[in-house]
Amino acid sequence: MDPIHTAQTNPPVQSVPPQFSEKDLIRRSASSVPAPARQLEEVAKLIDVSKCIGCKACQSACIEWNDTHPAIETNVGSYVNPHDLTPDMFTLMRFTEWDNPQTGNLEWLIRKDGCMHCADPGCLKACPAPGAIVQYSNGIVDFVHENCIGCGYCIKGCPFNIPRISRVDHTAYKCTLCSDRVAVGQGPACAKACPTHAISFGTKDDMNKLADSRITDLKSRGYDKAGLYDPPGVGGTHVMYVLHHADQPEIYSNLPKDPKISPVVKAWKGIAKYVGFAAIGIAAAAGLLHSSLVGANRVTREDEENAERLVRDKT
Amino acid sequence: MEPEDVEPGDAVHPGHPVTVNRYRKIARINHWITATCLILLAISGLALFHPSLFFMTGLFGGGQNTRAIHPWIGVVLFFSFAGLFFQFWRANMPTRTDAVWLSRAGDLLAGHEERMPEVGKYNAGQKFIFWSMTVLILALIASGLLIWDQYFTYLTTIPQNRVLVLIHSLAAVVIICVWIIHVYAAFWVRGTLRAMVQGSVTGGWAWRHHRRWLRELVTGHKVSP
Repeated sequence: MDPIHTAQTNPPVQSVPPQFSEKDLIRRSASSVPAPARQLEEVAKLIDVSKCIGCKACQSACIEWNDTHPAIETNVGSYVNPHDLTPDMFTLMRFTEWDNPQTGNLEWLIRKDGCMHCADPGCLKACPAPGAIVQYSNGIVDFVHENCIGCGYCIKGCPFNIPRISRVDHTAYKCTLCSDRVAVGQGPACAKACPTHAISFGTKDDMNKLADSRITDLKSRGYDKAGLYDPPGVGGTHVMYVLHHADQPEIYSNLPKDPKISPVVKAWKGIAKYVGFAAIGIAAAAGLLHSSLVGANRVTREDEENAERLVRDKT
Repeated sequence: MEPEDVEPGDAVHPGHPVTVNRYRKIARINHWITATCLILLAISGLALFHPSLFFMTGLFGGGQNTRAIHPWIGVVLFFSFAGLFFQFWRANMPTRTDAVWLSRAGDLLAGHEERMPEVGKYNAGQKFIFWSMTVLILALIASGLLIWDQYFTYLTTIPQNRVLVLIHSLAAVVIICVWIIHVYAAFWVRGTLRAMVQGSVTGGWAWRHHRRWLRELVTGHKVSP
C-alpha cells in the first residue's frame, strides 16, 4: 500500500498561505452561500480505538493548541477527566469497562469523544444565527464565535451531544478539527500528539484505506465484528472510528448506533416555519378581508338613545 | 342575572351620552404592560424562529442581547398576565349564553349584531381570547423556562428539549394568531379601544355589545349620579 499522509508526517516547515477560506463554504447557518468554485478534497480524522492506550495526550494537545483552561475536577473513581465535554474541553477520552459475554473477558474500551464533523450537521441545521456555524467543502464544520448568540439550539440539533455553551462568553464551543492548522497543511493537534498513532488524519479516501487495512488486521486477530464507524444517517462523518466491535457501537460510552438529525428538529426547522408563517399570514389576511367586506361595527345614535332611556327609567 | 359579570370599578354615569366605566386604571396599566411584553416577545421570538427575520435582533442590540433578554421579558409577561387573569377570570367563566352566541357568530361577523343574544361583560369570543391566552402563556412559560439554556436546560434531556422547543414555537405561532384576532376585534368594533385607553365606553356601546352587563350595572345600582 502507498504510504498514507497522516498527521504524523512532518508538516511543511516553510510558511504556507491558508489553503481554504470562506470561499470554500458549502453551508452557512441561517443563510445561504454561493456554490464554491472548487471542491476541496474531503479530509477525515480516523480514530482507531483498538490502538488507543488512554494516555490523554490528545486532550493535552487539544488544551494546549486551543489555549483552553478546563477546571480541575475531583476524582470520582473514573479515568474520565473532566467528567464531560465542556466549553474548555473539546475532546474527551471516555472509558468503559465492558464484560464481553462471548469470551468472558473484561474489555477496557476507550473512545475519544468529540465533534464528528457530520456531512449533514444537525447543529448547523438548528442554528438561528446567520454564519455562526459553517461547513467547508473539505467537510470541516466550524463555529464562528463572533456570530454565535449562545441560544443552545446547536445542542438540540446535534445527534452526538457535543456542543457546549460557555458561561463566560455565552457562545458555543466544540472541536474545530483544528481548522486553523489544517488550513496551513498541518494535522489536528490531537493526531500530532498521539503516541500510538491511534489518531490519524488525512484525506477521507486515505483514511478509508487505512481503516480497511486496520480492520483486516483486527479480523485476522479474532475481532470478526471489527469495522468502520462512518454513520450514513448523518451523511457520513469526517471523524471516523475503527471499532473492534463495530456491530455494537453503543458499548463505547453510548456511541449512537444509527445517529441522524432528530425528526423533531427537522419538523421544528422545516414544516413548523412554513405552517407558522402561513397561519399568521392567514389570520392577518382574514382581518383585512373582513374589514373590507363588512366594514366597521359602529355604535348607532339609536343605541345611545336606548342606553340613555334605560338609565333614565331605572334611576 | 349573573352578578359576577360586574367587575370592580364598573359603573354607569348618566349623561348625554351615558358613559360606562369598563376598566379601572390598574387593569389598564396591567393590560398595556402585558401587551408591550407580548409584542416584544413576538418580535424577538420571530427573529430567532426564522432566518429571514433575524435582522429584527437589531432592535434589541444584536443576537446575543436578544437571546439574553427574550426569556426575561417572558417572565415579566407571565406575572403581568397573572395580574390580568385574577382580575378577569370570574367574568370570563362560560355561561349558557355563550353557546347561543357561538352558534350565531356568523351573523355577528356578517354585520347583524342585532341577532345576537344579550351578553354580559364578555361575549364568547372575548372569553375565547382570554382562555386561549391563559393556556398558551402557561405552555410558553413552562416550555420556555425549560429551554432557557442559561439557567434551566440541565433539568431536561436533549430529546426532551427538542420537543419543548417545538412546542414553544408552535404555541408562539398560535398566540400571535390569537393576538391578531384580539387586535382586529378591538379595531373592528369601534369605540372598544377607549375602554382600554380612557377606561370607559359610551352607553350606546354597552347597549349594543354588552347589554346584559349594562342592565346589571343599572339595576344593581352601580349608577353614580
